[in-house]
Amino acid sequence: MDKRLRLALQAAGTVVAIGVIAIMPSVIELFGLMQLTLFAAMSVLALSLAFIWGFGGILSFGQTAFFGLGGYAYAIAAVNFQDSTPAILLAIVVPALFAAILGYFIFFGRISDVYLGVITLTVTLILFNSVNSTSGDAYKIGKALLGGFNGMPAVPTFNMPFDPSTVLSPEQSWWTTAYVLLGVFLLLRLLLALPAGRIIVAVRENEVRASLLGYDPRLVKCLTFILGGAIAGLAGALYVNWGAFVSPTIFSLSLSAEIIIWITVGGLGTLLGPIIGCVVIEYIVAYIGSQQLLNSNLVLGGVLVVFVLLLPKGIFPTARDLVMRLVPQTKPKANGPSVPSAAAPHPAGAE
Amino acid sequence: MADLVPLLKAEHLTMRFGGVVANDDITFTLQEMELRCLIGPNGAGKSTFFKTLTGQLVPTSGTIAFRGMPIAGKASHEIARMGIGIKTQVPNVFNGLSVRENIWMAVRRKATPRQQGPAVNAVLEMIRLTDYADSIVATLSHGQRQWVEIGMVLAAEPELILLDEPAAGMTDEETFHTAAIIREINQTRAIVVVEHDMEFIKQIAKRVTVFHQGRVLVEDTVDKVLADQRVRDVYLGKKVAA
Repeated sequence: MDKRLRLALQAAGTVVAIGVIAIMPSVIELFGLMQLTLFAAMSVLALSLAFIWGFGGILSFGQTAFFGLGGYAYAIAAVNFQDSTPAILLAIVVPALFAAILGYFIFFGRISDVYLGVITLTVTLILFNSVNSTSGDAYKIGKALLGGFNGMPAVPTFNMPFDPSTVLSPEQSWWTTAYVLLGVFLLLRLLLALPAGRIIVAVRENEVRASLLGYDPRLVKCLTFILGGAIAGLAGALYVNWGAFVSPTIFSLSLSAEIIIWITVGGLGTLLGPIIGCVVIEYIVAYIGSQQLLNSNLVLGGVLVVFVLLLPKGIFPTARDLVMRLVPQTKPKANGPSVPSAAAPHPAGAE
Repeated sequence: MADLVPLLKAEHLTMRFGGVVANDDITFTLQEMELRCLIGPNGAGKSTFFKTLTGQLVPTSGTIAFRGMPIAGKASHEIARMGIGIKTQVPNVFNGLSVRENIWMAVRRKATPRQQGPAVNAVLEMIRLTDYADSIVATLSHGQRQWVEIGMVLAAEPELILLDEPAAGMTDEETFHTAAIIREINQTRAIVVVEHDMEFIKQIAKRVTVFHQGRVLVEDTVDKVLADQRVRDVYLGKKVAA
């Protein structure tokens, strides 16, 4: 596909997305809208790992560490300030700082990929257990009681910027969450098109070559990791806003594993795929939860096995390859002879 | 010699891996603009030597100075920024990216955004891969990927170029082209080439250093080295016999 066509498609897709998000509240009822709001918040979390894993080559088993830190940072700040504006900012900054510290030791300590997985997993467990054991009046930050396993109920939800008296309605919450998702998506797309993004991908491709050309892979990976942490933290704030509640289960390992499943199912190395994977899987899980016949974890495991065996590339890349296979028969004529015949025989570079 | 600081000076360089001594007390000096060939049988320590020069390995002992600045133990990217470029023995390229992007990665460190396009095209022209500019590197042949890597090294415009078996996997015609390019870039910068192909060495070499069992065996002009009986014994002799 040539660049101009791709850009036009992306622009058209963005316009459609903006429109669909805008009219959604008048199309579906409140319950469905709340569910979509949750999916949108989770999709932001999916994007955070899609970016650092699919493009940065960093497989974090504990992306929920940043998600949870963002959620708690938001909740604690919102209870104390009674205004969501600074709370949302803290939900981005706190996980980013934590990712910076963790990333510094992981990447500058030259720790291998396997240990990166172990460390991120362990950090998530440590956070889970630490927050879990904060019941009692002794554990409070400012006015905010941490509440241990019971979590923090009645967290103030989003309000208009710097106007705590005007709390967002469920419709406004939907718009905020969905447009944040779209914004994060477009921001990552833009970043990946810029030199900085190309360098991130190049480091994933070959760290040795990148360093022999004068790039510092440790720094590049650390910055990628920090950005992923910041996005996951923002997702945490959106999640807490959705439920007005946060508990230690936000750090749970099962959620960490679920993100990896979303991406595997949706398509590693893309941004759209993980969003699709997240929505599809979360919808299935929610649907199964409403009936008694099947255990959702069993189904989730089954779905993962089917995808790894039959569609290892994931939904989105497979669909895209199918479309590309059907379309090119008509394309070359339109492009004329200016397209070199030596172009890649299959669209492997589409990631 | 206070008047002229050599481009590269390694002194008493030793690299041990456990009980194996890959480089044993190597002293090596390269002048500005010099073209040097390193030869030696497999396991002589040539690639290890290159790895210590580029920061991929930290030498067990000894010093390396690049224009008088110590570089032993520095990180690879720092050494690369000082002006040493290397084509490694096993091609190190960005397999998932296009040829153009590979070259661009090397160009963009020095060129302004406006210069980058023409600079990339010039390198593509030189390595004869203009027609393959948008191909994914993983889909190319081994020889073409060698070219991509050589192109990246040239595009970064280093002061010193290290080439580890640049002609491996190339046809005779491609090898000839490689030799021509090496002579051309030697007009402006220093090059060290590791190669097994004797015909190739004869095409380009002026001075040759022979490695054997981690040590420098001989260092002399190409004719004298090829006539040296010890060199024939350890290296050429084996090859002829085989």
